Amino acid sequence: MLEQHLTALPIILPLIAAPIALILGRSVLSWGFATLASGLAFLFSWQLLSAALSEGVISYAVGGWAPPWGIELRVDAANAFVLLAVTAISTLVLVYSKDSIEKEVKAANHSLFYTAHLLCLAGLSGILITGDAFNLFVFLEISSLATYTLVSLASDRRCLTAAFRYLVMGTIGATFILIGVGLLYMKTGTLNMMDLAVRIDAYDSSRTINTGLAFIMVGVSIKLALFPLHMWLPPAYTHAPSAVTAFLASTATKVAVYVMIRFIFTVFGIDHVFVDMGMGLILMALAVVAIFKCSYMATVQSNVKTVLAYSSVAQIGYMILGLSLVSVTGLMASMIHIFNHALMKGALFMAVGAVFYRVGSVDIKAFAGLGRKMPLTMAAFTIAGLSIIGVPLTAGFVSKWYLVTAALEQGNWTVAALVLIGSLFAIVYIGRILEAAYFQKLPESRSSENIKEISWLMLVPMWVLVIANIYFGVDTSLTTEAANSASEWLFQTNNILENNMVEGNSQEVSS
Amino acid sequence: MSFILDYYNYWVVVFLMMAGFYIVISANNLVKKIVGLNIFQTSVFMLYISMGKVTGGTAPIVVEGVTQYSNPLPHVLILTAIVVGVATTAVGLSLIVRIKRAYGTVEENEFENKDDAI
Repeated sequence: MLEQHLTALPIILPLIAAPIALILGRSVLSWGFATLASGLAFLFSWQLLSAALSEGVISYAVGGWAPPWGIELRVDAANAFVLLAVTAISTLVLVYSKDSIEKEVKAANHSLFYTAHLLCLAGLSGILITGDAFNLFVFLEISSLATYTLVSLASDRRCLTAAFRYLVMGTIGATFILIGVGLLYMKTGTLNMMDLAVRIDAYDSSRTINTGLAFIMVGVSIKLALFPLHMWLPPAYTHAPSAVTAFLASTATKVAVYVMIRFIFTVFGIDHVFVDMGMGLILMALAVVAIFKCSYMATVQSNVKTVLAYSSVAQIGYMILGLSLVSVTGLMASMIHIFNHALMKGALFMAVGAVFYRVGSVDIKAFAGLGRKMPLTMAAFTIAGLSIIGVPLTAGFVSKWYLVTAALEQGNWTVAALVLIGSLFAIVYIGRILEAAYFQKLPESRSSENIKEISWLMLVPMWVLVIANIYFGVDTSLTTEAANSASEWLFQTNNILENNMVEGNSQEVSS
Repeated sequence: MSFILDYYNYWVVVFLMMAGFYIVISANNLVKKIVGLNIFQTSVFMLYISMGKVTGGTAPIVVEGVTQYSNPLPHVLILTAIVVGVATTAVGLSLIVRIKRAYGTVEENEFENKDDAI
């Protein structure tokens, strides 16, 4: 029974748990319940990944309606891999959030926080698992609405305008995706992604489909904060509660990157997107600008959360750069970076949240002298920071390694050089913070304050991520194997579809 | 001329979409921004609804003597999208209520700190 419905469980479980967390009301109860639900979702997605790696595709017909008529849930190596990262981060952040939100969210809103978090998790899992283009839009909006609420829960009033800006931009993005899906349906008469892929192939460069591609690409780019559509991200990440930022920075934009990969590689097909429409060059140019512009912006900010937010936009640039190279290695680098970046940014934002918990500020000046006062937190920040830079033996090195390898495979020396130069910026913006923490003295005015290490409940999830950063930097077999089979799978579906073009199967919908 | 008449539903959609989009970008008042966002979304609802119409088809209810039906699926899809739109509006408006309480204004140019503006 359970195995039969395993595919749907990572969505259903948090979705049902969300209102229960609200009803439980008491902060501790809803925290325990939410963590349990998220932990179970993690176990199920672990099983899903191992099933997907051994069996290939797992298809699940919702309500027993066979695809392409019903909604299909479809798990393969690519989305099971991202799903594992999302549910793992969600569980760790929930463990961390109990103490963290006490300082940043009003006590009356605590159970609301857990409810919104679970809804966001349900939405993100839904986006990953669904095989239906319209269903994807619905889950996207479920996760986005929960996200706006989460951002607005902070006690600083600036979170409200940040959430409002995010809401306006996010809704425009989602509506663009809706228009794109509508245009595709108009031409092909189907919403199932695999079915769409077959039928889109049958049309050679139809203007309706090309317009749909453009709308979907712009909409997803807003959601994943691709430069220059990233303006909602820095304020939202800066003013949201730290636990929310740690969760969003490591999951929400990554899931949007996955949506882009899915639409490019499965639905539209590589030939259509990169050869006919020439999207590769556009994406590559935007990615390179994102890496440089936003890494530079990160070096001049004074708020550490803003520094990391700009760094996130730059890291998204690396992911898009990987997929714009159009090779198995490039896509693999993107997939690995989605996973690894979730590990590093989660740990970094958790460390910053810990500093806020003790010091009450996340300005770079507040970090002065913390290396002695909060040794474990700052050690975690240092290791995760080294991972962002891409120092060997950390996870960040592995993703940069594959990205550079992918660029060199195509003899693209410029891109390889740009990736390495971009990392130099990371040394500057992480280095500034480490310099303040380890080489500056605690200001006299604050020496009387009792600044000490945070509770183990916040330290454990942070250090789990830090150790994961080192583990996946040393033993790369799990990440590379999963990412490799994911990207090979994505390329392979593309070829299968091209070979089995179904002829005369294009049932038109009159318009 | 026929280019305009044959595709008049699309022209309506394009006009509404651009009008809504323009309001979102240009409006100074946050409530007006939400109104613009609503018009923008409504245009997409109309795009979906009009695409389901089959020339000569009736409502998709099984009746004797009728063989051609309009496509009901886009209508069902857009019911979901309308719910999403209502939810977005509700979240947006409740954010505006809290912004009004925190800042004392919902006019974008009246925020004291330029960084806070939307």
